[in-house]
Amino acid sequence: METAFFWIFSTIAVLSAINILFATRPTRALLSLLLTMLCLAVLYTLLHAYFVAIVHIIVYAGAVMVLFLFIIMLGGLGATTLPIQKRFSPLHLFLATVTGLTLMVAVIRIFSKANYPPLQDAMGTVERVGKNLFSNYIVPFELITVLILLGIFAAISLTRKPKDAE
Amino acid sequence: MMTPSTEHYLVLSGILFSIGLLGVLLRRNILIMLLCSELMLNATILALITASAVHGETDGQITSFFVMAIAAVEMTIGLAIAVLLFKEKNTVDTKEMRSLQG
Repeated sequence: METAFFWIFSTIAVLSAINILFATRPTRALLSLLLTMLCLAVLYTLLHAYFVAIVHIIVYAGAVMVLFLFIIMLGGLGATTLPIQKRFSPLHLFLATVTGLTLMVAVIRIFSKANYPPLQDAMGTVERVGKNLFSNYIVPFELITVLILLGIFAAISLTRKPKDAE
Repeated sequence: MMTPSTEHYLVLSGILFSIGLLGVLLRRNILIMLLCSELMLNATILALITASAVHGETDGQITSFFVMAIAAVEMTIGLAIAVLLFKEKNTVDTKEMRSLQG
């Protein structure tokens, strides 16, 4: 059961990730990325990281990606399509493909030869994650809220129209 | 079919990261480049959670929360810059954005 789930959902994740590469419209690329994220959430559940899986769906796929979708739709940024072909010098295309494929082959060879310890049941329930987060990781947790606040300020000051320009 | 082990999850994470890198290198649409950077961050989160399962602790999962928060901030600022560039140049093609090119 677990084996079948892993192979099915990892295959879907990789295929929809490849679909991002060849999508001509940003909206379709975004929906492919959403599918990848949902499949990854299934894999997190297989790794017993239940809370991360739920947060990944609600916060990441639900909030961040939908923000992206709204910006694409409301801003009209997605109206233009850029096909992957005919936009590059062949040298750039060749070098970029070689770089990416070399990384992929190297990672596959290194990881499949290595001998890692087997997976354990790291039960990522809300209780265990919360206790660890609010005891050992409380300082980074507070700092990350400051970072998010800075992100809000940056986004507002970037997109705000200056008053005297009206 | 083989039962999934640590190596399988790490290889899957590496494949997803390479696809994201290929997307950033190959595409000229600034929105799809942003999406591909998100894909790379997702691959990182998968590796972190695999590491968490290897050690049987929840530390890797907590680190993945921090990665998610940073991804959200990066996405917000990146989208704001993309919207500004689109208003300025009326395109999302990075080929047209060469005002810093001497």
